[in-house]
Amino acid sequence: MPEALLTVKNLSVDFHTARGTVHAVRNVSWSVNRGETLAILGESGSGKSVSASAVMNLLDTPPAEIVSGEIFHEGKELLKISYEEHRALNGKKIAMIFQDPLGHLNPVYTVGWQIVEMMTAHGRPIEMARARALELVTRVGIPEPEKALKKYPHQFSGGQRQRLMIAMALMLKPDILIADEPTTALDVTVQAEVLALLKELQQETGMALVLITHDLGVVAEIADRVVVMSEGEIVEEGTAREVYHKPRHAYTRKLIGAAPGKGDIRQPGPEASVLLEVSGLEKTYGNFTALKDAAFTLARGQSLAVVGESGSGKSTLARTILRLEQADKGTALWKGRDLITMPQRDLLAIRQQIQMVFQDPTQSLNPRMSVYQLISEGWEIHGLMPDRKARRARVEELLEQVELLPSHCDRYPHQFSGGQRQRIAIARALALEPELIICDEAVSALDVSVQAQVMALLDDLRAKLGISYLFIAHDLGVVRDFADTVLVMKEGEIVEQGSTEAIFSAPQHPYTQRLLAANLDPDPDIQAQRARSGRAAP
Amino acid sequence: MIKLVGQRAIASLLSLSVLMVMVFFLSRLTGDPAALFLPIDATEQMKEQFRALHGLDRPILEQFGLYIRDVLHLDFGESLRRARPAIDIVLEAYAWTLPLALITMALVIVAAIFLGSIAAFNVGGVIDRGISVVSLIGASAPDFWIAIVAIVVFAINLAWLPTSGVGTPWHWIMPVGILFIRPFGLIVQVVRGSMLSALSAPYVKTARAKGVKNGPLIFVHTLRNAMLPVITVIGDQAAALLNGAVIVETIFGFPGVGKLMIDSILQRDFNVVMAAILVTAIAIFIMNILIDIAYSILDPRIRQ
Repeated sequence: MPEALLTVKNLSVDFHTARGTVHAVRNVSWSVNRGETLAILGESGSGKSVSASAVMNLLDTPPAEIVSGEIFHEGKELLKISYEEHRALNGKKIAMIFQDPLGHLNPVYTVGWQIVEMMTAHGRPIEMARARALELVTRVGIPEPEKALKKYPHQFSGGQRQRLMIAMALMLKPDILIADEPTTALDVTVQAEVLALLKELQQETGMALVLITHDLGVVAEIADRVVVMSEGEIVEEGTAREVYHKPRHAYTRKLIGAAPGKGDIRQPGPEASVLLEVSGLEKTYGNFTALKDAAFTLARGQSLAVVGESGSGKSTLARTILRLEQADKGTALWKGRDLITMPQRDLLAIRQQIQMVFQDPTQSLNPRMSVYQLISEGWEIHGLMPDRKARRARVEELLEQVELLPSHCDRYPHQFSGGQRQRIAIARALALEPELIICDEAVSALDVSVQAQVMALLDDLRAKLGISYLFIAHDLGVVRDFADTVLVMKEGEIVEQGSTEAIFSAPQHPYTQRLLAANLDPDPDIQAQRARSGRAAP
Repeated sequence: MIKLVGQRAIASLLSLSVLMVMVFFLSRLTGDPAALFLPIDATEQMKEQFRALHGLDRPILEQFGLYIRDVLHLDFGESLRRARPAIDIVLEAYAWTLPLALITMALVIVAAIFLGSIAAFNVGGVIDRGISVVSLIGASAPDFWIAIVAIVVFAINLAWLPTSGVGTPWHWIMPVGILFIRPFGLIVQVVRGSMLSALSAPYVKTARAKGVKNGPLIFVHTLRNAMLPVITVIGDQAAALLNGAVIVETIFGFPGVGKLMIDSILQRDFNVVMAAILVTAIAIFIMNILIDIAYSILDPRIRQ
């Protein structure tokens, strides 16, 4: 076998932290060839980014320590060369793009300056660099490239920023491009565009692409080969199709099983009484219309999903219904009473019946309150359950209901994992025995396997307690598995609504069609077939 | 940019007017200047003559009206004590305070940014700890005490430097040195903290992945971002110096605006106090505008 372009061999890296040594990766080996796309798939904490950081010499030592291993590139052992030699390699031979392009672009310099710097840092003349920057920014599809180069990172959208990062990475025609979760922060339609761009550029330049991701759909769309990582070790590797269709390791099977969008679509249940009826709801901020003429009904025990990309008005819809924002116009009838015009003192009672679970449990749970305090606070506010003993017992019961332990009562949020924290947030919502829970991207920040568990929990609560859900999400797979009806929002408007079945099998509005087309399937065959039959143009 | 400066100037003018009103009335609550200026056995007739001469016998609102009219004509009245235009006295004092403040701040900024950055690059190391201890002592040391100790040591025991007054460059060393200590200590700590967080920012990682050399990585990519919080503190400390360093100026007999202000207040020399406060306030407002401009030059996100 000819030598690969980049080879990582038996790499082990430890992180020395205050709480002891963490073996971030153990005995990791992978290689990538010219023109090939290798995906490193794993959930958070699996160590999937560590080996790439080692390739780029980006690990901070300490706390990191490379315990053993070798990295070969063109006959050089990258772990043995000097800092200066490595610096000369970075950007020139091996370039990297990151998950959050806003954070990873320097906010105080123009993007043009930053792109040009890629070449000037490696001793190329500035005129040459300027010409190449213009060429590449045009190539990655930024409108008005000359002007764009003079702008600052915050003046672009997320997708454009990622395109600019890609342009920057390609300045010196690197042999290898490492992309660390390049589309995770982007909307699905933008994700599809960026992945398509990466694919095209790879074909044009013949570079090797190392893609670090947690998303099976991204792997299916773009990867030739994949290595699956769990707890610092490679548990499986093979072509994307092999791994998806014939997973050998239990972890891979679990990961594939947890991928949403493969379950049965829920069939509408018997007619139930209407719980919430919204009509003509509008909200503007200055000249910006956040919500325009929103109307829908939600029946008791029903799950209504609101889907749409960032800025489409999904959260504004929820916030105006809850009166966290005052709507400009419209009504929201909760069991016949209008929430929008209801006097403030009556709202308190209603807020007990409608609870909310937010996206990021790390931020929505007060870090200085114990689990007991967090869950029981609602009773304090609403003057319920005065008996302290009964409170304690009920909190323990709620913790069991969300599959945590009663002994967790006196712990604090930081002692839990992300998924456990979201369960605490759900327990907090359940404490007030609500009739409706509004989930605002409640599972978006969670790893797929954890996400599957939380979704199963929500489903279970629906069956047992008859709770209704207003489920705001951008992940169509999750929505497909969970919702009875779906609202599709775009630029503050509900462009389409209907049963989950109807929306997913026969979308009417072009935007819904686009959204569905851009939604990546974890099955590489389905993705390949879609690509052949020509995806709906973005 | 021009719009920004204009807005700030208008806002400053408003605060300035409120300040003038407050100072005018509050200073008149301190008592009758005639009692202080005239000999202790002055007759009531002499006192009345003195009051009439300086317009102090009129109703206070009328005095205020006249004062405003004069100020609008850039006439700040005469010093009760020295029979010279108040504004001249103040500007003379400012000619001493301004260089004192500027020299001190310039030294502070250069030293603090340099040492704070070095501490941040060597975080946890011996250099970092040394700089941190020194800056902590600087930030918390009482300047009046250090000033007196410095006089004892350098002027009296060693006789290297003059005890007080102005005239030669040697006279400047102790005032500048003492005024340097506190802002230096504070700003080193701010620079260190700010550099530390900027160095772990994602864009620094990008720069390293690009193969940017260490020099530009630190001084081009990081320092400019790290300067934003530092500038706020620099402004704060510079304002304190522009106010006149009352204690240090008094100890060293330095004829700056701080010493002038405290002398005039003790003598109920209203016109000088008013003029000094107005000039100081204008200086601070100008400095704040300069800081806003520095901000918007450093950070394009503020420009919009």
